[in-house]
Amino acid sequence: MKLTTHPCRIAIVVVASSLAFSSLLRSGGRVSAQSPEQDRSLRAFAIVSSVLTSPRCLNCHVAGDSPLQSDSSLVHTMNVKRGPDGRGTPAMRCTNCHQDENSQQLHGPPGRPGWRLPPPDKRLAWQGLSIGDLCRTLKDPATNGGKSAAQLIEHVRDDRFVNWGWDPGPGRSIPPISHDAFVAHFIEWVKNGAACPQESQK
Amino acid sequence: MIETTVNTTLETTPRTTLTVNGKQRAVDADPRTPLLWVLRDHLDLTGTKYGCGIGQCGACTVILDGDAVRSCQVLLSRAAGKRITTIEGLSTDRSHPVQQAWLMEQVPQCGYCQSGQIMAAAVLLSSNRNPTDTEIDDALSGNICRCGTYHRIRRAVHRAAELARASRR
Repeated sequence: MKLTTHPCRIAIVVVASSLAFSSLLRSGGRVSAQSPEQDRSLRAFAIVSSVLTSPRCLNCHVAGDSPLQSDSSLVHTMNVKRGPDGRGTPAMRCTNCHQDENSQQLHGPPGRPGWRLPPPDKRLAWQGLSIGDLCRTLKDPATNGGKSAAQLIEHVRDDRFVNWGWDPGPGRSIPPISHDAFVAHFIEWVKNGAACPQESQK
Repeated sequence: MIETTVNTTLETTPRTTLTVNGKQRAVDADPRTPLLWVLRDHLDLTGTKYGCGIGQCGACTVILDGDAVRSCQVLLSRAAGKRITTIEGLSTDRSHPVQQAWLMEQVPQCGYCQSGQIMAAAVLLSSNRNPTDTEIDDALSGNICRCGTYHRIRRAVHRAAELARASRR
């Protein structure tokens, strides 16, 4: 595991950790009743969730059938739909516009090979969920596409669409922490029991 | 296929082979050239239009191995070795049901977007012989018409579906 060493990134992670921990304390105070491992896991997930709820992740992990776009998470223009396989509808396949790489033009389509949404039978949808419900959705194989903890770690570390979040092309923000830090906190969350916040905090 | 050849000026030029409208064509162009410009500037197939250049309007739609791609976004390297159909190749005599229906319904106003609309409609009908209004709207929502001919487009797609079904009887 490669951890970020840039002082600014470390500072961001430390501040984010503190804020997340404060937030957990404010939201019911249950943290103090947890074991130290659960505390660590919850703190890690609070940081992980800041990535999962960023537009780069959320815009495709949608509850409905239309992806979102832009940093404002607006409904995708052109009436784009998920389709039967997550790759769009006839004459409106995702890869009709989205190529193997990002367009370098502002407002041009971002790209990676096989651009798509999760298919309808494995929606992996967390749009609108509380952080706690997002956590439970993520770790339940019934709702996470049948992934084990090890497969989840592999997914967040290696998946081309996850990695795209930090290389989204011009005009799009990236998640609040680095990909390395995201993976490290994700592993921290899993390693300490994949604890989920009890409360339905948004 | 992309191969590097040496031309008479001793500069290396990548040569890409495409199948366009049923004919094999060789193009000497940078593999990162958008397909739209290969079609228009290298192959003189100007029926495919430049609209926005960022994949937002659909005017440049062509069929690439059965998909209605935006040729302004497709790099030549992606099209190498693939089958491409442009408006010029939909039929040789305007007999394709979509072309016939477009004439019957007098769809175009200014006409600029229409080759893209027709190509998208042709792809829709290749996978759906009897589309509903909703399915037509879903399939053609990426093709914008500044003249607002959408109602005629929808009618024409229904008519094209009828013509295609009738021709199979």
